[in-house]
Amino acid sequence: MIEDLELKLLLEGVYQRYGYDFRNYAHASIKRRIKRHMGMHEIASVSQLQDRVLHDAGLMDELLMDISVHVTDMFRDADFYRVFRQKVVPLLHTFPLFHIWHAGCSTGEEVYSLAILLHEEGLLDRARIYASDINEKALKTAREGIYSIDKMKTSISNYHASGGHADFSEYYIARYNNIMFDPDLRRHITFCNHNLATDAPFHEFEVILCRNVMIYFNNQLKTHAIELFHQSLSPLGLLALGAKESVHPEKYFESFDAQARIYRKVE
Amino acid sequence: MPTAENHTDIRAMVIGISAGGVQVLSKIMPQLPEKTPFPIFLVEHTKASGKHYLCDILNEVCALPVCEAEDKMRIEPGHVYLAPPDYHLLIESSDSIALSMDNPVHYCRPSIDMLFESAADVFRSHVLGIVCTGMGRDGADGLLEIHQAGGVCAVEDPATAEYPFMPQAALASVPDAQRISPDKFGLWLASVVISI
Repeated sequence: MIEDLELKLLLEGVYQRYGYDFRNYAHASIKRRIKRHMGMHEIASVSQLQDRVLHDAGLMDELLMDISVHVTDMFRDADFYRVFRQKVVPLLHTFPLFHIWHAGCSTGEEVYSLAILLHEEGLLDRARIYASDINEKALKTAREGIYSIDKMKTSISNYHASGGHADFSEYYIARYNNIMFDPDLRRHITFCNHNLATDAPFHEFEVILCRNVMIYFNNQLKTHAIELFHQSLSPLGLLALGAKESVHPEKYFESFDAQARIYRKVE
Repeated sequence: MPTAENHTDIRAMVIGISAGGVQVLSKIMPQLPEKTPFPIFLVEHTKASGKHYLCDILNEVCALPVCEAEDKMRIEPGHVYLAPPDYHLLIESSDSIALSMDNPVHYCRPSIDMLFESAADVFRSHVLGIVCTGMGRDGADGLLEIHQAGGVCAVEDPATAEYPFMPQAALASVPDAQRISPDKFGLWLASVVISI
């Protein structure tokens, strides 16, 4: 189909012009996002979009935001956080200090979820959390820790379903239509820009979370990311994926908790 | 009267269903022949906790294996893939599935429109789409995409559907869509598809 050819050319053009590599993103979802972007900006063809973004960096930024932002929630998949409390937390207690990488953190809700969980388990002081994404706008939101109050109702019920017992509103202050998480939760979190497609390992971690990020990658890019995670984990380190994801290729990891999609590094 | 010209080389079937879904699925799934040569993809709008039971229920009544889709799962002919709770189900290529966490479409995730659109994109005229009972209008735009790609379009007959709204919305988009009664699903399928 002509449109698929145009898409290939667009992504190649974006890569060569700006260095953003979306060439190995999963086809169906990136095509849909690009077409949505075109619809919102009344652009008639992918070739016309290519013409615009190659000549205007500001327009490229707009496209970038639409392609790379991922939707997320506090304590999404309560079962995962429950298993994290039950099985991962005891392991973390054996370390005087541990490093966690949240890869593809988007607007940060899941990072704050993790910080709250670690705080409740008495582990936040020993945690050094790195939360990375390629989308600067999302990272800005994450750093500020300010979210719409509309999200809190779901957040609170997710939190309780995951095993949380506290009054969730203790963790934030509300003003007008927003909430801001207690800045103290952020004291050991570093939000940074890191591209899973192109960047190298930057630290050794005991736990890496990359949940519902690689669903947007094709097999080739996912393999590359899995290898990167393998290199970035300490021996017996853990990798946590999204509820309907599994590790591929399998040679680098064994199952730690099959239900929760948590894997352990094998050498 | 089915004729040779009616027979279509179908390479995928996509079904969208909402409120009142389990009953209708329990009627139509047993009518799928054991030797169905194409994969079937199903989006049902239900609460997260309901989905796991649906897989078990359908496996009891269906000759074909039914499973919840996983990201990057390989597509096998004669298998039924159910969209998991709170993910969109997409056809990535003719032999693999992709999941997405994009925003809900018409308040729905999984969305029938997203499945149908991706199926039309990959399978073109070789896809058969059916919109069944439900509230809202998810599926109407997706069925139109299938129609424009030259695929076969059908709805559960709104005259007898428990919730006729979704089939009606789909008919408004694709007036030529065939109206099927669940009891006659198997017969209709055999009349339309070349290899059944």
